Amino acid sequence: MRPTPPVRGHMAVLHLMRIRSDALPLADRMLNVWTFAALMLAFAAVLIAPAFAQVAAPEKRSITAILLEWTPTLAGGFGFNVLISIMSMAIGTILGVGLGVLQVSPIRPIRSVAWLITQFFRNSPWLVLLFYCILLIPFQIEIFGTKIPFPGWIKAVIGLSLPVMAYMSEYMRGAILSIPTGQWESAESLGFSRRQIMTGIILPQTVKRVLPSWMNLYAVLTMATPLVSIIGVSDVMALTRAALSAEGRVDLLIPMYLYILSWFFIYCYPISAVTRLLERKYSVKL
Amino acid sequence: MEFANTLIDWLRPDWFLNLVVISDDYNRARYLAGLWMTVKLSVLSIFFSLIIGILGAAVQGAPSRALRVLVGAFVAFFRNTPPLVQLYFFYFAIGTILRITGENGLPQPLISNFGWAIIALSLFAGALNVEIFRAGIEAVPRSTVEAAEALGYTRLQIYRDIVLPLAIRISLPALGTNLVNLVKTTTLAYAIAVPELLYISAQIWSEDLNVREMMNVLLVSYVGLVAILVWVLHRWEKTLRIPGYGE
Repeated sequence: MRPTPPVRGHMAVLHLMRIRSDALPLADRMLNVWTFAALMLAFAAVLIAPAFAQVAAPEKRSITAILLEWTPTLAGGFGFNVLISIMSMAIGTILGVGLGVLQVSPIRPIRSVAWLITQFFRNSPWLVLLFYCILLIPFQIEIFGTKIPFPGWIKAVIGLSLPVMAYMSEYMRGAILSIPTGQWESAESLGFSRRQIMTGIILPQTVKRVLPSWMNLYAVLTMATPLVSIIGVSDVMALTRAALSAEGRVDLLIPMYLYILSWFFIYCYPISAVTRLLERKYSVKL
Repeated sequence: MEFANTLIDWLRPDWFLNLVVISDDYNRARYLAGLWMTVKLSVLSIFFSLIIGILGAAVQGAPSRALRVLVGAFVAFFRNTPPLVQLYFFYFAIGTILRITGENGLPQPLISNFGWAIIALSLFAGALNVEIFRAGIEAVPRSTVEAAEALGYTRLQIYRDIVLPLAIRISLPALGTNLVNLVKTTTLAYAIAVPELLYISAQIWSEDLNVREMMNVLLVSYVGLVAILVWVLHRWEKTLRIPGYGE
């Protein structure tokens, strides 16, 4: 007779509990492939289902053909969204790092003002900030005789970079404060100035700590870019609505919106997946 | 010099002396109605998103793999697509199809724009809440659960009396951030013409041409609303504090 295989864990109750409280496998939680497959399946279903109905009415164009026809236009709009997100991220990051450093300044008034600016922009809605920039920044500014025009999309970039700045400032403050005080003290004892300590010792270390949040912020920002369609910039969302009204077909609504949703999903998903991995890798082990 | 003058002119706080919203009865009533609508949107979405979060987190701990996969797909989808497009998808795409015949024989939407705004906002924030609660449950120390087992607690008792209370405390900071974001996201309802604060303000400033004053009032209103929520959450966090942890 074969011996029974050994049981892992010698108490049955404990064994059961372990199964329950074990961390879920990453594949179950994130479902990269599964989500994508489900999305595509839903998308395909709404594409194919009307195709059968079209046997009766052959004069209508198929939804797939319409979507393919509009794809180059929409791709251009999506590229514009990406451009806006990259520019706002660049401006917001530079300003945010500066503001974050000011937030830990040894001079109290500077610290308070930086804190106030951060909290203000962090707690006001993105759309309201966008309106603020669109309506209150003049069309062109005259500096030293040269006229600098301000088209809507540049104002949108400024409007989106303000909250990015505020979030970045908070992340920087957290990261700088998370570095042990001993490092400041030992650097001081070696004769480094405050500026040298900040640029040479502290800031390089914050990069690793801020990186996951920074990437997550980029994904959030990219998902906020369709907001600019509300204030009249022709991004992918504005073009989608234009396409829908040009076609004027009710059965096109769901496939078209799913199509745009899947574009954003395909662009943002890898970013947040890598963010998870980095967060896991850099997480502080207790 | 010209530039400096423009800048001073731009920053001059004339809204401080000329608050149309406060002085004019009609506008004040409209503004307050908008504020009330924003509060209603926020409170209802917070409530439903919390329910979605709790249910989702409970299902993610379930033994059935299919259910976990389903919730995972839901979270991944809502996290990685723009909330505005989700709102448009619900209101324009699904809302157009979900129609009933009204009393006058004409098709009428089954769910109002206010209803769709709440559904879209709750699903978006709920998906994030699922992740937050799950992280909180996972962060409860294993040894605590094992100690409870050794004391003879049943699984339900452990979940109800030990894991959940600890998980709530652990996930409170992240939950607070998400709820604040949700209040800010209610401005999206502007896009589907729900008469909330931003929508009403836009109406007022396009009628009275007081863009600068109204924008300032609007920003201050939102910062105030968020400040109230942050204060409430802070109080809650303080009452739930575990002695001996943190500062």
